[in-house]
Amino acid sequence: MSWALDHLSEILTRAGQHAWLAGLPLVLGLVVALPLGWLASRTSWLRASLLTTTGLLYTIPSLALFILLPSILGTKILDPVNVIVAMTIYTVALLTRTVADGLSSVDPSTRQAAIAMGYGGFARFRAVDLPLAVPVIAAGLRVAAVSNVSIVSVASLIGISQLGYFLTDGYARSFPTEVWVGIIACLLLALVFDLVIQVISRALTPWTRAVAA
Amino acid sequence: MIRFEGVTKRYGDADSGSADGGSRAGGGGDQGAVAVDNLTLEAPTGQITVLVGPSGCGKTTTLRMVNRMITPTSGTISVNGRDTASMDVAELRRGMGYVIQHAGLFPHRTVVDNVMTVPRLLGVDKRQARARAMELIERVGLDPAMARRYPAQLSGGQQQRVGVARALAADPPVMLMDEPFSAVDPVVREQLQNEFLRLQSELGKTILFVTHDIDEAVKLGDQVAVLRVGGVLAQLAPPATLLADPVDDFVAGFVGRDRGYRALSFAAAPELSLTDEPTVRLGATAEQVRAVGSPWVLAVGDAGEPVGWVRAAAVDHEVTRDLLHRGGTVASTSGSLRALLDAALSSPSGRGVVAGDDGRLVGTITAAEVVPAIEARRTATTAGEVPEGASTR
Ligand SMILES: Nc1ncnc2c1ncn2[C@@H]1O[C@H](COP(=O)(O)OP(=O)(O)OP(=O)(O)O)[C@@H](O)[C@H]1O
Ligand SMILES: [Mg+2]
Repeated sequence: MSWALDHLSEILTRAGQHAWLAGLPLVLGLVVALPLGWLASRTSWLRASLLTTTGLLYTIPSLALFILLPSILGTKILDPVNVIVAMTIYTVALLTRTVADGLSSVDPSTRQAAIAMGYGGFARFRAVDLPLAVPVIAAGLRVAAVSNVSIVSVASLIGISQLGYFLTDGYARSFPTEVWVGIIACLLLALVFDLVIQVISRALTPWTRAVAA
Repeated sequence: MIRFEGVTKRYGDADSGSADGGSRAGGGGDQGAVAVDNLTLEAPTGQITVLVGPSGCGKTTTLRMVNRMITPTSGTISVNGRDTASMDVAELRRGMGYVIQHAGLFPHRTVVDNVMTVPRLLGVDKRQARARAMELIERVGLDPAMARRYPAQLSGGQQQRVGVARALAADPPVMLMDEPFSAVDPVVREQLQNEFLRLQSELGKTILFVTHDIDEAVKLGDQVAVLRVGGVLAQLAPPATLLADPVDDFVAGFVGRDRGYRALSFAAAPELSLTDEPTVRLGATAEQVRAVGSPWVLAVGDAGEPVGWVRAAAVDHEVTRDLLHRGGTVASTSGSLRALLDAALSSPSGRGVVAGDDGRLVGTITAAEVVPAIEARRTATTAGEVPEGASTR
């Protein structure tokens, strides 16, 4: 405990770095997954190929990705951009299916009414399908957030600063307290992400609580 | 006027033209199943044309071809003389209200926002669209306080009313309605039907209405198109003609039993001489009731409106509402022969109660007195003088 207090500023710095490395890809991944999921939900032949491809991306080991990306992107190995790109790929892998499922979960009679009012393509996506898919997408985001927080810690193996450092460093020094601090800090960070996503999702979906009100 | 000319829809074509986002398209193995077969039909302006027929006979397909949610395989559909195929699809659809079975309200929008949808899409400013929406919400019989609710907070019948209000919001000349009242219980359905007829009498829209319920078709339609499986038009006729003169066994079977009796709904009650009925007021004493000298005595309210029959022997002190017999129906002088006959048949005294348009008692009539009027009508009808427009609903 005293170790944690002594190192509070370092913990906070690394937590901030961790949050950035895990959080920014969540946003970027969502931005990419939305159009992909939309395409997948509209065209049945695209659906299969898109979902298989993005699903496969998730099976690439993170360490391999962190090491391979610099040669693909032309970045330095220590450049945090590698981690951001890798995490974005994982987020896209997780979210594309969720977005596609969310968008196609709209009640058929609601969809038909929308079509009959002359809502076409993008307008229907924006005004009807997307708002109704928010709860499903938020659930997917929560999974992706936890997954991101845990995968980012692996990046300490290639020397990029974040909470994972306490795990590798604590292990190297045989100092369990430091490992515990790293684990707990990761947990807390994941919780914060989860909370933020829930709050945003609730704010966007007042109608889901209408029945209870 | 909506006009179908030789319209055929065959599913399973290369271009199935379904607007469902491809969910059903391409799934059908039965290559080239004909859903609508060479349909030629006119839905006159300002009238309700009902499409009725057994499940799978192509009613929904027919309806959705009008707003091009489904593309016809061949033939043309025109609305007020304009070929729909040549129109911009969004413009076409926004000029038509569309109401479906489960209302299809947007769950994420409040009632008033749902109703505002099409006017907003058409560029009407927010305040104006809202005012119009509030007016419509009241017009379809909803409490304005419900405007802020979400659809999930409404009953099925209330949602259906919102669906109707939403379809009416942009004041489209044409309404397409696909079994709009079939998902609610019979009591609410009847309410919705009656209010729908009242609204239509004010608005005079050109309506294409789909149902599989022949009673609903006969009640609501100015004309009824009966379709048979395979999408072939079997008969197009006003309801009275449909009941009186089905073209073939299929239509006769579909129109169903009690046709003769139900056809009386469309025959206006003739001016019959009614019998004066002695009455007592609610609250009358046992002596006053027995003084009438009849086993069943008709009670009236303060305004002279008939409230029910009371059995003289059952009155101990005075006539109270809970002593009233509830079985008898009241016919109106401006009602139908069916209502008149029903009033007589349902009355415990055998004397059917007839009230004027103001609700006050006019007199009573027995079934034996109604039957000659029915006979007289039949003679007149077979002589070729169909009392058209005698529709009384
Ligand atoms: N997208 C589709 N692909 C293939 N066949 C279809 C499609 N939609 C409808 N059909 C077929 O076309 C026929 C007519 O269907 P439609 O939905 O118009 O019937 P309906 O009269 O509205 O029936 P219901 O009373 O059950 O609603 C049916 O045999 C149906 O199976
Ligand atoms: Mg149908």
